[in-house]
Amino acid sequence: MQNVTGEAALQNEETQRLIDEAYEQMDGNADRKKDKKHPKWEQWKANFKRHWWILLFILPALIYVIIFCYLPMYGILVAFQDYMPGDSVVGPDTIWVGWQNFETFFSNPNFLDYFFNTFLLCVFGFLVGFPLPIIVALLLNSLRSKKAKKGLQILYYAPHFISLVVMVGMLKLIFGSDGLLDQLSIKLGGDVNGLQLFLKPEAFRPLFIFSGNWQDFGWSAIIYLAALSGVDPSLHEAAKMDGASRFRRIFSVDLPAILPTIIMMMILSVGNLMNCGYEKVLLMQTGGNLETSEILSTYVYTFGLMGGQYGVGTAAGLFNSVINVILLVIANFTSKKVAHSSMW
Amino acid sequence: MEKQQLRTLKRQNKIKESKTDYVYYVICAIILALLAIIIIYPLYYIVIASISDPDAVMTGDVWLYPIKVTFSGYAALFEREDIWRGYFFTLLYTILGTAFNIVLTIPAGWALSRQYLPFRKLIMVLLIITMFFGGGLVPYIIICRALGLYQNPLILIIGGGVSVYNVFMCKSFFESNVPKEVLEAGMIDGAGEVRTFFDLVLPISKSIISVMILFYAVGHWNNYIDAYIFNIDSQFYPLQTVLNGLLDQTSGGEGDVILEQMRAATQIKFTSIIIATVPILVLYPMIEKHFGQGVLVGSFK
Repeated sequence: MQNVTGEAALQNEETQRLIDEAYEQMDGNADRKKDKKHPKWEQWKANFKRHWWILLFILPALIYVIIFCYLPMYGILVAFQDYMPGDSVVGPDTIWVGWQNFETFFSNPNFLDYFFNTFLLCVFGFLVGFPLPIIVALLLNSLRSKKAKKGLQILYYAPHFISLVVMVGMLKLIFGSDGLLDQLSIKLGGDVNGLQLFLKPEAFRPLFIFSGNWQDFGWSAIIYLAALSGVDPSLHEAAKMDGASRFRRIFSVDLPAILPTIIMMMILSVGNLMNCGYEKVLLMQTGGNLETSEILSTYVYTFGLMGGQYGVGTAAGLFNSVINVILLVIANFTSKKVAHSSMW
Repeated sequence: MEKQQLRTLKRQNKIKESKTDYVYYVICAIILALLAIIIIYPLYYIVIASISDPDAVMTGDVWLYPIKVTFSGYAALFEREDIWRGYFFTLLYTILGTAFNIVLTIPAGWALSRQYLPFRKLIMVLLIITMFFGGGLVPYIIICRALGLYQNPLILIIGGGVSVYNVFMCKSFFESNVPKEVLEAGMIDGAGEVRTFFDLVLPISKSIISVMILFYAVGHWNNYIDAYIFNIDSQFYPLQTVLNGLLDQTSGGEGDVILEQMRAATQIKFTSIIIATVPILVLYPMIEKHFGQGVLVGSFK
């Protein structure tokens, strides 16, 4: 019963508001004089009064983000401390050491190696992994048989759902010591020890990038396929009339249509360029390939976290994310200048 | 008679029209088929190796078809208590964790999709910043430690609770897929924010909810590193962490005993990979039909 009256009251409120609005429109400024000082503020207040309930929908997520994303940003202060695991971030017995952790990190004889390993791994990964899904999407989109397209799509997406542990496990069973490739190469008269790709520093990047693309090229193509499905078929018809072949139409119809999506994806991936996933790199690290496989984020993990050097680990992580932010800003700026589209 | 002539005429015309196209389509089909083979072969190899005699696998004889089919690898897997315990905990973490994710993400996406949400711009900026900048791994762990989540399996459920990217995906879904008329009708009937959401919006949002379930569930299912990072007791390890220990084993030494161990270890590597992958590969086609453009394309606005 109470509920019903509540609803009725709400309904009344709603009607009242509508009537008020109508009056306001009718006699112009008569009623507005009162809140002429801050009309926007009044409007905002009215809106808040009516809709504050919806804040409850986003509150849990917001609180979560503040605790698990923003508090760690506050935790960056640890980079300037001599921090022992278990201490509070800022307390009475905090020892501030200024830039000492950064100095330790930058003066590490291997610092440049870690930096270039990260950079090269990510740049090569980007150079292969960025165009591949676009090409696949364009090819898939040009298929005439809807059934073949659908079937291939399902197949291409599937590896995305294989876990990293399993993925690297498979890689090792196929390319690792005593793996399939080694056995086959021994049979064909190669070295008796096999190729031992997982112990070779020069094989790490190709293996990492190849397996990453194997897993994700189909998945990354989704976004382009979705954009391509929005292309107006009459454009294709018109181009056909002008005698454009299917191949030609890829460049003059399809590509221009998905260009905004491509640019958006490019900004996003350049902004995350230096994050190439330490989880997988850690799985693929062996004593033999450390020379190329130790990157900044694995250094944070092994030295900072497992080694208990929290201060230095935080400093190294901060260095990595600052580079990312700089790259993002550059990418956004460039695309604004060159292609006149940007994220902000 | 005339019909036939017409048909041949049509056919001739078609070929003439698309001679260059024909070459293109053939090349296109070849490339796509090659990609398909590249995807299928490793998976196929793992399957045939898992049911072959381990000796044949270790000598590289198995590469096209299974040799001396045996299911001893699967039998050995059943005796591995750690794997089944890992399985149980992974299911537990995945189900509870995904439920937690959904409860946080879907309402947040709905709220953000409403223009009248108070502080909307501020909230958006707060969320977007986290997509590109964060405290990093070590401060994250320091904070979790302060919250009592270190060495606490609870972190495997509530860790990664909100993916901002997913929230925005929900937001754009709601923006383009919830008809204004429905909401207006609800308002006239006097439904409040809560009623509107549960009675009007949720019933027409099954596709985004199932896609979110898939995304988050895959994340939980595949997570192996958090158990190490948070120093979780090994009896609470999820499957992927157990599996990592298993797959990482490199056997060395000589002698018959070690050879026997090596055979068993090799075999169990293949079978455990299959056991750990099948559930997610079964779940995926069921939800795949929802990957329509409507759900995914809007996420980049």
